[in-house]
Amino acid sequence: MNVLTRAVRGLIGLFIDDGRLALTVIGVLILVGLLTQFGAAGGALAMALLVAGTIGALLVNVIHTASTVTRQPTKTAKR
Amino acid sequence: MIASIHAWSTIASAFLASSVEAVEALTVVLAVGVVRGWRSALLGTVAALALLAVLVAIFGPALGSVPLALLQVVVGTLLLLFGIRWLRKAMLRAAGVIDLHDEGAIYEQEFRALSGGGTSALPASRTEWDAIAIVTAFKAVTLEGLEVIVIIIGLGAVHGLLVPASLGALAACLLVAAAGLALRHPLARVPENSLKFVVGILMTAFGLFWFGEGVGLVWPYADAAILGLMAILAIASWLGVRVARRRGERVAIPGASA
Repeated sequence: MNVLTRAVRGLIGLFIDDGRLALTVIGVLILVGLLTQFGAAGGALAMALLVAGTIGALLVNVIHTASTVTRQPTKTAKR
Repeated sequence: MIASIHAWSTIASAFLASSVEAVEALTVVLAVGVVRGWRSALLGTVAALALLAVLVAIFGPALGSVPLALLQVVVGTLLLLFGIRWLRKAMLRAAGVIDLHDEGAIYEQEFRALSGGGTSALPASRTEWDAIAIVTAFKAVTLEGLEVIVIIIGLGAVHGLLVPASLGALAACLLVAAAGLALRHPLARVPENSLKFVVGILMTAFGLFWFGEGVGLVWPYADAAILGLMAILAIASWLGVRVARRRGERVAIPGASA
């Protein structure tokens, strides 16, 4: 069970590093998917929302992390 | 022309991304081989490659039976999450918020851990089977190999470019393995952070493109839109790094943000 749990965690870790960023991106994808499926947004608007939403989420996350994380003194980093 | 752009960008993306994964796996396998013996390190590596081959043989053909739109949405989402994870880390490293990836330091760390450190006994002979060495090499190659498979599927599955993507990945793995064999040292000079930056942009662009196509969006200029997405991501990332660096400096200087 322990091995299976670790394997699943490892697999999830391939795609998710920061949970908040991943959830925000998934939220943007779901919103774009719903808007296009129900025809609530034109193609150009949905496209803009997809690109701007994803990039916006990334930038906000990186800048927020830079503002809160104190710099580390060593040179080694995790993979 | 567009098909050619697509095939070559797929090969280049698969090559770059897989070379990063191969370098990371090589570092661990080298440390295992040097400290605990090559016999066990190679057994762990071969066992992992066999497991990966079985996974590809089982799940590879199944991809053909998945409806295209569903495949585009799933692959696009996974590729986007995968790419944005790399891009975020590369941006934070470029901004100096987290430290650069250092294969030499990781090798030293693995070397110390595998040397025992008083917790794990070294094998009596370097030619006898060593469970710790086998498991360590197996884990490293399996994990990095899974990432390579995700990259190949993400880049090649949707437009029937699995073969070019696989060739790009195979070339990267062979090149890294050959360099590792020749040097017998971790490939610390590979500019891994820059590679991750580029690959993060490529993966994220492919992810956005596939997801958009999957939900029915029609991108302007068809497949060439991927190049536009890459350019937008590159500019946004560059700006993000600049802002993050300035924010980080304010945090580092007490009172500067007041």
